[in-house]
Amino acid sequence: MILFSAYLAVLLSFASGLLALIIKQRQLLQSLSNYSFNNLFKNQFQQQAWVDKNLEIKHFPAFLRQAVFILLGLSGLFAVIAGLGVLLSNQVITDQIPLGLPWLPWHIRFDCLSGFFFLIIGIGVFAVSLYGPGYVRSYKEEQHPFASLGLFTGLFVAGMLLVLLADDAFMFMIAWELMSVASYFLVAFQHEHAANRRAAFLYLLMAEVGALAIILAFGVLASFADGFTFDALRESKLSVTWSSIAFILALLGFGMKAGIAPIHVWLPEAHPVAPSHISALMSGVMLKVAIYGLIRFCFDLLSEVQWQWGVVLIILGTISALAGILYAMMQPNLKRLLAYSSVENIGIIFMVLGLTMIFMATGHPQLAALGLLAALFHAFNHALFKNLLFLGAGILQHQTHELNIDMMGGLIKKMPQTSLLFLVGCMSISSLPLFNGFVSEWLAFQTALQVDVLDNGVLRSLIPVAAAALALTAALAAACFVKVFGLIFLGQPRSHHSEKAHEVQNKFMLAGPALLAGLCFFVGIFPSTIIHLINNASGQLLGQTLPNNNALSWLWLAPVSAQQASYSPPLVLIAALIAAGICYGYFRRNPLTTVRRAETWDCGFGGLTPRMQYTSSAFTMPFRRIFEKVWIIDEQIHKDMKGAMNQDVSAVHYQLQVHDHSWPHIYAPIAQGVNDLARQVGRIQTGNIRTYLGYSFTTLVLLLWLIS
Amino acid sequence: MNWLIAILQGALFIALAPLLAGWLKYCKCRLQNRKAPSLLQPYRDLIKLSNKKPVVSDHASWLFITAPYLIFSATALAATVVPLVVVDLPTSASADVIVMVGFFAFARFFLALAGLDIGTAFGGMGSSREMTISSLAEPAMLMAIFTLTMTASTTNLSGAIAHVLNEGLVLRPSFVFALFALILVAVAETGRIPVDNPATHLELTMIHEAMILEYSGRYLALIEWASQLKLMLYGVLIANIFFPWGISETLNPKDLGYGLVAILGKLALLAIFLAIAETLVAKMRLFRVQEYLSFAYLLGLLGMLSHIILEASR
Repeated sequence: MILFSAYLAVLLSFASGLLALIIKQRQLLQSLSNYSFNNLFKNQFQQQAWVDKNLEIKHFPAFLRQAVFILLGLSGLFAVIAGLGVLLSNQVITDQIPLGLPWLPWHIRFDCLSGFFFLIIGIGVFAVSLYGPGYVRSYKEEQHPFASLGLFTGLFVAGMLLVLLADDAFMFMIAWELMSVASYFLVAFQHEHAANRRAAFLYLLMAEVGALAIILAFGVLASFADGFTFDALRESKLSVTWSSIAFILALLGFGMKAGIAPIHVWLPEAHPVAPSHISALMSGVMLKVAIYGLIRFCFDLLSEVQWQWGVVLIILGTISALAGILYAMMQPNLKRLLAYSSVENIGIIFMVLGLTMIFMATGHPQLAALGLLAALFHAFNHALFKNLLFLGAGILQHQTHELNIDMMGGLIKKMPQTSLLFLVGCMSISSLPLFNGFVSEWLAFQTALQVDVLDNGVLRSLIPVAAAALALTAALAAACFVKVFGLIFLGQPRSHHSEKAHEVQNKFMLAGPALLAGLCFFVGIFPSTIIHLINNASGQLLGQTLPNNNALSWLWLAPVSAQQASYSPPLVLIAALIAAGICYGYFRRNPLTTVRRAETWDCGFGGLTPRMQYTSSAFTMPFRRIFEKVWIIDEQIHKDMKGAMNQDVSAVHYQLQVHDHSWPHIYAPIAQGVNDLARQVGRIQTGNIRTYLGYSFTTLVLLLWLIS
Repeated sequence: MNWLIAILQGALFIALAPLLAGWLKYCKCRLQNRKAPSLLQPYRDLIKLSNKKPVVSDHASWLFITAPYLIFSATALAATVVPLVVVDLPTSASADVIVMVGFFAFARFFLALAGLDIGTAFGGMGSSREMTISSLAEPAMLMAIFTLTMTASTTNLSGAIAHVLNEGLVLRPSFVFALFALILVAVAETGRIPVDNPATHLELTMIHEAMILEYSGRYLALIEWASQLKLMLYGVLIANIFFPWGISETLNPKDLGYGLVAILGKLALLAIFLAIAETLVAKMRLFRVQEYLSFAYLLGLLGMLSHIILEASR
């Protein structure tokens, strides 16, 4: 039954993709329906009017869009059901499907870890399917055909779900490629701009390089095992060197997809150009599939983890987290900013996974379970709030035709509902108490503070430093999202578009984000609902659950022991409500003190204009000075002079560009190297047929010599 | 009974905060050869403000009006989890020290948003600076606190203080470093000289005042009270973590009385030190604050490392 809903989720997403294809076949469908109603059923059905109405040229595209997204939403719903089913019943389901080559059936395995990621995907897809119909309506059919968008969205979702179900390396790679390639077409959807094509190509390139690394990692494992099924790979006995090589390859492959620094560069290029609901899926959900791959590979397939790998993950994670949020802070483009912030969150997840590995390798499986709990919980939370923020960004783009936060402002009055939802997202991502982001950060800190059990002195001093970096990351994230919310929604409108903006008409476009925002709050107050689920997953994966299972009640969160650390979000919420209620009541007791509205004080000079407000680059100026070396800053100030002696300034032109260090220092040398190599190879290609015949002859002789 | 004591203690905390601010001002005035206002002046100010008709800008949104309540409640919640008079608090189990830092972050988030809400240059300036300073101060503070929590192997403040009490007077190098780190952070976070000057309204230097420039009436009262509360909170943290002696371990009235006297004495002493420091030191330029805070972070790190290398029992 559980497996059936999982299959159903996959099939429904395929179906939604295929359904999108028939958007061009309206006339065919019309004649088909006419024929069938007139000849086959002899007009005995009432539904004919309904069918005819929807097949009219006016209604058909809207109807089809809705149908496609309904199928997608059902797919998400069944994914949630399947995920919850397997997590609650705590079982492992295996199956085989006779697909692919005749002697190589697809092996399916649906366990708690897959189930948990099914849950993440299901929620994300469901929210997107609520949001989608309203959002895609603004695309012109001639320029941006819905058929391709719908088809590849369906394939993309199906690919992600299949990755989670895969139990052999073949199926895993096929599903992985389906996911990568389908999402390439989605990134390239608005391909009329050269920048978008370039971003999409970069994405495809990095996805394929990553896929190659993953294939090689499986290859290393498989060379010590008989066969490519995960069961066989689990049995393989590797030396530490070979398993480390496999780990590095897997880290490269999955890390490239997940977007850890410095192999994150596709993220900030690809996310802004994809349609918003697709960037929500890519950032909120697809990155998690990469995390799933890494967890599956390291903790499940590789028989023993080494603590050195954990150190690698912690260092990479810390760099990603800090670099990600610092770069995010400098971006004026909202979606680019969110993409960099994904790099930050993935960094946090990697850091905590590194802790998990260290605890696992040094023989503290219970603490490893705590680390895995923090990592998976943060993955879940990130899926919720990043999805929410991307969908919010989509609404903003839809309503103001802008993504530049310097051009927005004052939208809290124009778009009250959107602003509230966005505020919840910002608070969650800044890890403020009462919201979900805080709980996973709290758990991460608790994991890091258990470091006293380790024997290795270097590790014991490294991990607290990583924890402090995590604290810095969280504080910078709060600063970044204060900037985001403050500049977009508060203050006064900075452009004509945001002055004229109004709330979205389509309520479903708000329903998707509202669902996610509700979950952010609910999980923040009752985190044990999710923790119970993850506990099952870590029980299956690590063979060990949390140190203190008894303390996991709905009220208390005390993962290690009640003496060591405890947090009770419901009590905090109640106390907060009481405190706020008392001071609200107390301070409003006097009826004479009703609020008087007046003009803003302008120091008596008159004429405050929106241009006097702080902008994104102004807000982040202190950070730019303090962390100067992190970016490549290109700041130009040009003054126009006038007057008799040319000494009065009539205008100042200010230009600021902030670039990523990884381009000139990592990617440009690689590109240069590839070009040079190609030139060298080009030398042997003389274009002369005799030379080529000579090459063939030599090769033939060499091969013959080898055989004999 | 425990809960009742916890609530009473929270109320006491909130009620005493303006007194500490008054005492600090008194000490400063005396040091600067000025005539000091009465110790009760902060209370009078708060009452006066809360009885006034607040003026709010036309451009303000609901967030501007809600923020003071949120800021005050978050700070008050942070105050209820810190043991003031008695060690064993049920509230510090429901929110540990990391959550307390989270409450501060919560209050700061809304304060910075409120600064941006009207759309004046001052507000944005204050928010930007506040977020800069706090994002550098938070890791330093957590470093100092982690040293304590790792020594006591609990993040529960009551538990940690009880641990320090039971250990007796032991000179731990890690605690000395952590103490200095926490003092530096406390000065930065509560907006005192040399990081920020609570008495100034000069455009170029103000941080906290720039954000709340548009507030008046009861909203201003709430925010002022919250910042007095925050000052006292840091004082109590420093006093009770590093010098916990005198705090009551039981619930009998005599011990509670001693606890109250002890904490009042400690706070009064700390305030005198702060007043002397504020009189002697000049305010720093904004871009020197990073060096100050990275020094605090370094101290915290040294504390942590000396805990791991010298003290952890291995």
